[in-house]
Amino acid sequence: MPELAQAQPAPRLPLAELDTLPTRRVKTKAGNRPALRGSLSVRISLIALALAFLALMVLLPLAAVFAQALEKGLGAYLRAIRQPETMAAIRLTLLTALLVVPLNTVFGVAAAWLIAKYRFPGRNLLITLIDLPFSVSPVISGLIFVLLFGSQGLCGQWLSDHDIKIVFATPGIVLATAFVTFPFVAREVLPALQAAGNAEEEAALVLGASGWRLFFRVTLPKIRWALIYGIILCNARAMGEFGAVSVVSGHIRGVTNTVPLQVEILYNEYDFVGAFAVASLLTLVALATLVVKKVAERFQGARSAEGLR
Amino acid sequence: MSVQVEDLTKSFSTKAAPTVFQANFEAPSGGITTLLGPSGSGKTTILRIIAGLESADAGRVLVAGEDITPVPVQKRGFGLVFQSFALFGHMTVRENVAFGLRTQRAPKDQIDARVAELLKLVQLEGHGDRYPGQLSGGQRQRVGFARALAPRPRLLLLDEPFGALDTRVRLELREWLRLLHEATHLTTILVTHDQEEALDLSDRIVVMDAGRIQQVGSPNEIYQSPSTPFVASFIGSANVLSGRVSAGHAQVASLSLDVPANTPDGTAVRAIVRPHDIRIERAGNGNGVCSRRTAAGRISRMVNLGAHVKLDLALTTGDAVTVHVARREYDGLGLVAGESVLVDLESARVFVEDYVI
Repeated sequence: MPELAQAQPAPRLPLAELDTLPTRRVKTKAGNRPALRGSLSVRISLIALALAFLALMVLLPLAAVFAQALEKGLGAYLRAIRQPETMAAIRLTLLTALLVVPLNTVFGVAAAWLIAKYRFPGRNLLITLIDLPFSVSPVISGLIFVLLFGSQGLCGQWLSDHDIKIVFATPGIVLATAFVTFPFVAREVLPALQAAGNAEEEAALVLGASGWRLFFRVTLPKIRWALIYGIILCNARAMGEFGAVSVVSGHIRGVTNTVPLQVEILYNEYDFVGAFAVASLLTLVALATLVVKKVAERFQGARSAEGLR
Repeated sequence: MSVQVEDLTKSFSTKAAPTVFQANFEAPSGGITTLLGPSGSGKTTILRIIAGLESADAGRVLVAGEDITPVPVQKRGFGLVFQSFALFGHMTVRENVAFGLRTQRAPKDQIDARVAELLKLVQLEGHGDRYPGQLSGGQRQRVGFARALAPRPRLLLLDEPFGALDTRVRLELREWLRLLHEATHLTTILVTHDQEEALDLSDRIVVMDAGRIQQVGSPNEIYQSPSTPFVASFIGSANVLSGRVSAGHAQVASLSLDVPANTPDGTAVRAIVRPHDIRIERAGNGNGVCSRRTAAGRISRMVNLGAHVKLDLALTTGDAVTVHVARREYDGLGLVAGESVLVDLESARVFVEDYVI
C-alpha cells in the first residue's frame, strides 16, 4: 500500500489562491438607495400603518391579558395560579407535552427521512397523511378518539373489559394532542432534509460511517435548527391545544383539565383574575416560543450566509 | 491494487436504455485510469458502483482479484473525491479530514498526527480551524482530497474533482494531483468530461458514450488510432465526412477511399480527418498531386488563432472542412479568403459501421 508519508517532498507549486478568501460584500452607503425602495414619506406612512395595525391586533390584547391578570395585584395573581385545580392543570399540560413532543420528534424525523431519502409506493399518500391533522378541525380530531375508544366506540367494550381508560383520562388527552401536533416536526424537517441533499451522507458512508454515526454526526447537525424550530412549534401547540383535548377530556376538575381548559372554566365562573392569570402563563409560553424561533432562524440564516448550501 | 470491471450493467429505469451496458475494463495497479465521456455517458455511474454507492444490475468489480460486490460501501476502504466537494459544512477543516480516521476509532494522537500531515500535503496548515464555508473553491477541494486520503485508502476515486473550479485553479490542482500521484502511485480512477485533463493525467483512458465503452487505451492510442468515429471526434477536433460505398471504394466528397474487400455497395461510411493533418496548396499552380485523396474547394473564412490559422473550406461537392495551418506555412502560402485551393486528405480514416481500416 502506498504510504502517503513518502509523498512529503512532493507537490509544492504556486497555489495562487492559497490565501484568498471569498470576498465579503461591501456595505452600501446610506444615500446609495436602490430606486425600488421608494420615497421617504411613502416608507414612513407604510411603516406607521403596519405598526398601528400590529399594536391594535397583537400588542393591545397581549397587554390586556397581563393587565387583567395583575388587576388585583401580584399577590392575587400568584394565589390564582397556586389554586390546587390550576396546579393540577399545569401538571397535566406539562406531562402531556413531555410525552407528546419527544414522540412526535422521533416519528416526525423518521417520516421526513423516509420521504426525503427514499422512493417507495405510497410515498405521496404518506405526505398527504402527515398534513391530515392540519386540514381536519381539532374538534373532529378529538371526536375520532371518542369514536374509537369511548364506551360506545369501536374498541370501547374491549377496553372496559380490560379496565383500561383512554377517553376522559390522561391517555386520551395525550393521544389527541399527539395527533393534532404530529405535522409540526415532520413539516419543518422535510424541506431542510431535501434542501441539504445526499452528498455529505455519501461522503460519510465512503469514509466508513455507520448509519447511526451518519445520522448524528452528519445529517442531524445540518437540520438541527429546522428540528428545533419544529419542536418548539410542536410544544407550543401541545400546551395550547383546546379543541381536540376539550372533546376527549371530560372536564373532570383537577384530573383531566389542561391549562387551556382551566382558563375556560375559570372564565365561565367569572373568576377573571384567575382566568387571565392562567392565560398569562400560556402567553409567556408563546412569547418564549417566538424568542427561540427567532434565535433558530438567525442561526439557520448564519449557516446559509457562510455559503454552506 | 488493480481494479477489474466485468460486464457491468446498470439501468435506472425500465423504459430508458441502460445507463451502463456491459462495461469491461481494467484499471492497472499504481496508475491513473480515466473514464472519459460526455455527460450522461455513464462514467459517474461506473465510479459510484465501484465506490459502493450504487449496486450494479449485472456484472462485478474485482479489486486485487477479490470480488467486492458483496462488500458494503463502509467496508471498502476507498477514498472518494466529489465534484461538489461534499465537505461537512458544520465541521472544521481538521474535523473533516479526521472523519474517516474517527470512524476507524484510531487513537487520538495518531489522528492528530495524520491530520497535520495531510493538511501539510494539501498546503492548508494554517486553515485547520476554519469552516469549509470560509474557504475558496480550490481550498475546499484540497480539503476534499485530504479527507479522502487520510484513512490511507487502497483506491482513490475522483468524480470530476476539478469540475466546479475556475480554469486557473483547475490547472494548478491538476498539476498538484499529477505530482501527488507520481509520489504515491496510489491506484486512481478519475471521471472527467475534459479530454485535455484525461490526456494529461491518465495512464489509461476508457472512452464512454451512451452507456457503452467505446475504446480502452493509452492516451496516445486513443488520440492516434481512435477505434470509432465517436472517439475520433470526441478526442481532439476532427472533420467528419459522410459517404457511401460504390464500386469497391468509399465515395466521400470528391474522394475515392479504400474500404475493406467485400464491403457491399451502398454501405454508409464516414471519413474522419483532423484539421492539422490536412495539407493545403493553391489550386492551379501545376505541382499539385492529384491523387485519389485530393479534393478541391474554396476558402470561405480564415481565423487567426495565434500559433496556427484556422481555414473553413467549402469543397466543390458542398462538404465543409476545417483546416489548421501552422503560421509559418500560412505566411509562405499567402492565402486569401475566397481563393480556390486543393487539400490533401491523406490521413483520412474511413469507418464502415463499426469496422475500421
